[in-house]
Amino acid sequence: MKLVTAVLRPHAVDDVIERLQGVGISGGTTTEVQGFGQQKGRSESYRGATYEALVPKTRLEVLLPAEEVEAAVGVITATASTGKVGDGKVWVTDVSDVVRVRTGDRGAAAL
Amino acid sequence: MDPTIAANADLAWLLAAFAIVALMFPGLALFYGGMMGVKSALNMMMMVLSTLGITSVLYVLYGYGMVSGPSVKDWGIIGDPRDYIGLSTVMEDLGTGNAETAYWAAFFILFAAITIAIVASGAAGRMKFSGWLVFSAVWLTLVYFPVAHWVFAFDGDGYSGGFLINDVKIHDYAGGTAVHMNSGVAALALAFVLGRRKGRPERPHNLPLTLLGGGILWFGWFGFNGGCAVVAGFLAQYVVMNTLLAGSAGMLGFLLVERVRSGHFTGLGLITGAIAGLVGITPSANTMSPLGALGVGLVAGAVVCLCLGLKTKLGIDDTLDAFAVHGLGGIAGTICIILFASAAAPAGVEGILLGGSWDIVWRELTGIAVTCTYSFLMTCAIAWVLDKTMGLRVDEESEVAGLDLALHAESAYDIHPVGGQGARLGALADRDDVVQGAGDTGRDTGRDTVKDEEVMA
Repeated sequence: MKLVTAVLRPHAVDDVIERLQGVGISGGTTTEVQGFGQQKGRSESYRGATYEALVPKTRLEVLLPAEEVEAAVGVITATASTGKVGDGKVWVTDVSDVVRVRTGDRGAAAL
Repeated sequence: MDPTIAANADLAWLLAAFAIVALMFPGLALFYGGMMGVKSALNMMMMVLSTLGITSVLYVLYGYGMVSGPSVKDWGIIGDPRDYIGLSTVMEDLGTGNAETAYWAAFFILFAAITIAIVASGAAGRMKFSGWLVFSAVWLTLVYFPVAHWVFAFDGDGYSGGFLINDVKIHDYAGGTAVHMNSGVAALALAFVLGRRKGRPERPHNLPLTLLGGGILWFGWFGFNGGCAVVAGFLAQYVVMNTLLAGSAGMLGFLLVERVRSGHFTGLGLITGAIAGLVGITPSANTMSPLGALGVGLVAGAVVCLCLGLKTKLGIDDTLDAFAVHGLGGIAGTICIILFASAAAPAGVEGILLGGSWDIVWRELTGIAVTCTYSFLMTCAIAWVLDKTMGLRVDEESEVAGLDLALHAESAYDIHPVGGQGARLGALADRDDVVQGAGDTGRDTGRDTVKDEEVMA
């Protein structure tokens, strides 16, 4: 079992979710986050005073059987890429167990 | 026409103007509150609205007489409150059909309260609320009441009024000195004594509120300037027009300067410029031609934009810029009177650029200098004494936590989505309507009950 985590431009996330569902991936979680990277922060000005703020991003997390990971990562990168700095990152981590809250199912049966 | 009917017409406009001005309080609360960080927005709104409470009490006790009563020993320094203590003399109907003392007491309470409310700019995010209440009472008594007497109390039949309006003969239509310079300079002085905010300044948390609040203030200004006409006649319509023109041009003046200086037109700049223009037209509304009113707005908007950085150079954290917007905006409007007041406008004052007499220069500059000097020194003294005795500033822990939580046990927003991490009524474990360890049904019922009570509370 794997956890695919993607930090993406917020406006890309709806398309990514739609295409993930298109390849049969049925669940995931998003969180609004802020970050910094090569894109740097953004600068805002209020009455001439400048404030540096982090860049808003959306984090998408999807739990998957290992064999579906490549397809998911492919869909995410293909959909969210604009070719410009700030597109975000995708990473994959191992998951030791998963529990479905409603039934108590564990492991692969809970995915 | 029956003179009572004419008087009733004037009174009808004045009563409407009163209600319009009263809306400046929620207006200023939103204008200031939206500019605060999210942690102290409510505290700022409370500072603004609480001024009505303090001012109403003081005005009934002794404030009305100190401002509008006959000058003590005819010196023009302070009114004698003795005839007006408790405002007991306002209860008799004199049968004029026009505004009597009861009306003016109510109208001037709004003037006094909005003035001290503007001063809250200099205390934003770091002052004890109890300290603010005491400071506002002392400041009104020792700063606003005397200055308002100097400027608003005309000589009457058998008694003297304030020295600035009657002896120096300044031209100040609706309070450029007593309201705007006074509050702007006092905000600077209060910020100077309190010291800077700790930590990194927060961004304005809700600019739409600030734009809405500024718009409501603009609405209030029509009652403020229009009501000062005292009659439902030509003067009222004339100053209402000029008030609109100056706010509009103030917006443009500020936006142009900020576009040239920093490359952007900003929403906060737009509304700040409109308020700057309105401050500028407050002393000058009855002296300007329509083109002159546009000029006042442009000048006030541009000057305020250029001077916003002054507080940083001075190292004084006048957080919401009352000094720039109200202090310098008021001075800019008054200097516009000196320069290009139109003799054909209702006041009949002529600026020196249009061939007017030069004695207006020293009259207006005296008004500016006396008001600003007195306000700055007296406000510093009041704030210093209160800080040494009761302590005005919150501790660092409260300031970091934010004043809404630390002082008021509230937060401005519950922005969590339904079923999210919003605060719950009491701890789940302490509630006997939640069966611990129950299955799905029991727990769901428990949550729902909690939610219902939250809504009702």
